[in-house]
Amino acid sequence: MSKKPVGIVIVSHIPEIAAGLATLLKEAAKDVSITYAGGTDDGGVGTSFDKMNAAIAENEADDLFAFYDLGSAKMNLEMAMEMSDKYIRLMDTAFVESAYTAAALIQADAELEEILKQLEPLKVK
Amino acid sequence: MLTAETATDWLHRFAEKINENKAYLSELDSAIGDGDHGSNMARGVAAMEEKLAAGGFATVQDVLKTAAMALLGKVGGASGPLYGSALIAMAKQAGENEQDVAAIVKAGLEGIQKRGKAEKGEKTMVDVWMPACEALASGSLTKETIQSAVEATKEMKATKGRASYLGERSIGHLDPGAVSSGYLFEALLEGGILDE
Repeated sequence: MSKKPVGIVIVSHIPEIAAGLATLLKEAAKDVSITYAGGTDDGGVGTSFDKMNAAIAENEADDLFAFYDLGSAKMNLEMAMEMSDKYIRLMDTAFVESAYTAAALIQADAELEEILKQLEPLKVK
Repeated sequence: MLTAETATDWLHRFAEKINENKAYLSELDSAIGDGDHGSNMARGVAAMEEKLAAGGFATVQDVLKTAAMALLGKVGGASGPLYGSALIAMAKQAGENEQDVAAIVKAGLEGIQKRGKAEKGEKTMVDVWMPACEALASGSLTKETIQSAVEATKEMKATKGRASYLGERSIGHLDPGAVSSGYLFEALLEGGILDE
């Protein structure tokens, strides 16, 4: 089974939210590489720079959409992005809805332009 | 004078203050945020202390960079990337000139603003870093300067960071990041780095 060329990275302050959203997305996007980073290194509430680096590195795609829940996740993601060679689109969009939209569209081989257009109205932060 | 040794001592004093005030910082954060600033910072400085204890640093840049990576990896809240970015920028500037403390701290402020996009008066750590930078540039940094900058965040309304979700209700509380930043500058003073 070959994966799609575009992947998704999910970042949440809570391990279960990150894992749960990935489960939801996989329902609609079985061929999309979806990786996630949730919580701090010891599984507490927060974000981990190391977990984000791992989620980015482990994703099978080199072209990624990144979705996050709250602001501090965004700052850690920006730092991880600066240190990665992958092309990452950091989305300031409604977390669950937009990640699901992107996953479904990548699965359906939608053009990137179309995906970005559909995500545009979901921008909330 | 800033050297690898005094920089290590500065950060060690900062770590001590964070540890002593861990509960207080979390209490401040409970009022307007998610209540974990003290425990997050304590976890970060513990990792930093562990790395710095290895010693053998040749330059101020090495010390600051080592501290940056420890805080970045271990703090686990917004303060991780913010303090991490500050120290990375400071390390870089120290690589240019390790004697100019004012320029190093100014680079740190720029690192914070680049990462968090906060401006003056938004009830964040920037409200302490900015006056500290100005005072350092004119050679007038004192404990009073630092404390009045920290105190001034109380009446500000948060428009950046987690406290901004509270809007008007954030008024009347000190900003936890401003308080922990105050410790960093008090540690700088107490370390005698600025003494001739």
